[in-house]
Amino acid sequence: MKLPVAAVLAFALSAGFVQAEPVRQGDLEIDAAWARASIGSSRPGAAYFTVRNLGDEADRLTGLSSPVSAMPMLHETTLSEGISRMAHVEAAEIPAGGELTLEPGGMHVMLMELTTPLKEGATFPLTLTFEAGGEITVEVPVFGPGATGPAE
Amino acid sequence: MKLTFAQKMLWAAAALALIAFAALAWTGGLRASGTGEATQEAFRPEFRLEDAATRPVTSEDFRGRYQLVFFGFTNCPDVCPTTLSEVAQVMDGLGSEADRVQPLFISVDPERDAGAELAEFTSAFHPSILGLAGSPEATQAAAESFKVFFAREDDAAAPDGYSMAHASALYLIGPDGDWLRQYAYGMPAADILADLQNRL
Repeated sequence: MKLPVAAVLAFALSAGFVQAEPVRQGDLEIDAAWARASIGSSRPGAAYFTVRNLGDEADRLTGLSSPVSAMPMLHETTLSEGISRMAHVEAAEIPAGGELTLEPGGMHVMLMELTTPLKEGATFPLTLTFEAGGEITVEVPVFGPGATGPAE
Repeated sequence: MKLTFAQKMLWAAAALALIAFAALAWTGGLRASGTGEATQEAFRPEFRLEDAATRPVTSEDFRGRYQLVFFGFTNCPDVCPTTLSEVAQVMDGLGSEADRVQPLFISVDPERDAGAELAEFTSAFHPSILGLAGSPEATQAAAESFKVFFAREDDAAAPDGYSMAHASALYLIGPDGDWLRQYAYGMPAADILADLQNRL
């Protein structure tokens, strides 16, 4: 049987691109990172991911940095009586054995003061700082401006 | 127990106050949230705004078509793209009937959203979405006519130091201009599409 090398390669490339591999460091695992394409660079972008805490101690996400944004911040959308609001979150806890999920309509990384537009198909590094776990950098794939989840 | 006249008057006053309070809470709640579809009386939202090319656009321009209306702002990276991508899915799902529905994005942040900015934003989601903005007064009047709440909230951790709190539902306006219903934030596009197709 002749292996359809090109097809396998294309699949591997696209799979690798669509779903970033989980990044494990110490007790923490960062998974399903993705971002929405920004509309120009004057408006903020948004990025999402899941942090799993495989250890016995709670940890806290306390900081963010990325070369694509001069002002990345953790924000949370809250919905109350049909009104949505956004609030800055100083730090988010990842309970022992639990996880922290950032998703549309909830917690998200607001990437402000973009240094470059986030273009669909590109990736960018995002460094998360944890109180106990230190710094972990993940490569974030950029999906379309209307993407709603990591499995586009 | 026999109540004195004064006691009866006090009880009557208390009952009246309770009724007044309930009425206020009800209408106040309605205004604040834009919800309460079951108790909603028919009304016709009206607006006089401008499109991205600063051409005047009014509610009268859409008679004969359904309108799917969302209030938002372009510096909104989380809720607004989620909803507009749902609108895009609905419009694609309508296929040949899409021309009977006009999706409108009304900016609650006209200070930052005008002209090309608005078109760049809406077209990123679907070419059929028409972005509208107006003066602060026209924006306020439009929101009030839809019974929609929005407010500027200072936030040092937001672009330009402020963010907008806003009603996050989609509103359906009928071909004669009557407010028909709202689709709450997070309602799947397939459900919105099914409801629209039942009406078309």
